[in-house]
Amino acid sequence: MELTLSILLGFMIIGAIFALHAKDLLSAVIAAGIVGYSLVICFLLLKAPDLAIVQIVVETITLIIMVAVVLDSTRQELSVKIDRQQIINISLAVIFMLVLVFFFIQAINTLNPFGEHSLRMASAYVGETASKTGSANLVTGVLFDFRGYDTLGEATILFTAAIGVLTILRIKGKK
Amino acid sequence: MIVYILCFILFLVGLYGLITRRNLIKIVISLSIMEFSIFILLVLIGYIDGGIAPIVSEKIVNPTYVDPLPQAMVLTAIVIGLATTAMLMAIAIRLYRKYGTFDIREIKNLKG
Amino acid sequence: MSLIVKKVAQLITGFVFLYGIYIIVHGHLTPGGGFAGGAILAGAYILQILAFGRDPLHLKKKETGSSVSESVAIFLVLMMAVAGFFIGAKVFFNNYLPTGKIGELVSAGAIPLYNVLIGIEVAAALLTIFLALIIYKEEIEE
Repeated sequence: MELTLSILLGFMIIGAIFALHAKDLLSAVIAAGIVGYSLVICFLLLKAPDLAIVQIVVETITLIIMVAVVLDSTRQELSVKIDRQQIINISLAVIFMLVLVFFFIQAINTLNPFGEHSLRMASAYVGETASKTGSANLVTGVLFDFRGYDTLGEATILFTAAIGVLTILRIKGKK
Repeated sequence: MIVYILCFILFLVGLYGLITRRNLIKIVISLSIMEFSIFILLVLIGYIDGGIAPIVSEKIVNPTYVDPLPQAMVLTAIVIGLATTAMLMAIAIRLYRKYGTFDIREIKNLKG
Repeated sequence: MSLIVKKVAQLITGFVFLYGIYIIVHGHLTPGGGFAGGAILAGAYILQILAFGRDPLHLKKKETGSSVSESVAIFLVLMMAVAGFFIGAKVFFNNYLPTGKIGELVSAGAIPLYNVLIGIEVAAALLTIFLALIIYKEEIEE
């Protein structure tokens, strides 16, 4: 199990590195699609079918939007020369990464090993969702009953994003 | 333990791209890569060996379910990720129409 | 697009739409729910638009409809949540309907209603974003 996941994650890392270094923006977008679709397989292996369904549809729609934008503008990647600003950026990135690695090492020591998660907080959810809400799918039960505020916030963000896109992309006013 | 480290490396790749790339499209791609690494990390934490998907059925006796809470959180986060990506793409295509380039340094120089 | 693409899209779209409705309605029994089903419904519409060219005037009418249905859906979610204040235990997002028996289609109280409303909201929002991009493209080319 852990080996399969590691291979998939390695595949995702290779796709991500290629996406950042591709000379053609269209191939960069498609390489980002590799990462997203590998994520679907990871979700299926980790016993999360709800997430797999959502992710495969959402990734397809994201890819359609990105390809439409890239084909509409330009496919050329900028020719990047190494100058002073670029060196400053790279060193800043390395410093940030080292700081994050330090905190990651601290955090990983407190985590349980993979596959031995303790249901400390979720035991109430797992035990009572079915009897209290009558929902057979525990994820839906948690999402719409115990964690209703999160769902409301999510719907609000989606609404705001749609309004924002409409506002940004409007050239002619509505009569 | 190795899977956590690989997730973190994926996050670092996204962060590196976010800071060093100059193309707006690549910056958006880096952001979504960082998002994906966080999703997979959260779901990995909730996994239990021998657990089954969190759907109640009377046929299974004495089941062990994987943790449904991270899955519910990630479910909302995925849709929010799509919304933010679409919004960033709209901003990028609008900037391209105004300035004729995706280079953030050029756009900064053209201001004013 | 060519005739083959149009015909295949015509044949498939109905099934995709039906599958999305199935995913939403069975959200509390099987994997899926409002988010997944709504994204699938939006995918069916997007397939139709990609296959059958784009007539700007027609698309603008569609955009008005999708943004209106999005606003109405989120308003109804909010009203259903507020109704929890007045019925039952005076709690926001209270599940005030009878829960029924686990595993039946009509069960789980208010959760199926939330599923349907969130599904409509997600589908309409994604469709609005896509339509805005397409209309923008058309307006540039004019």
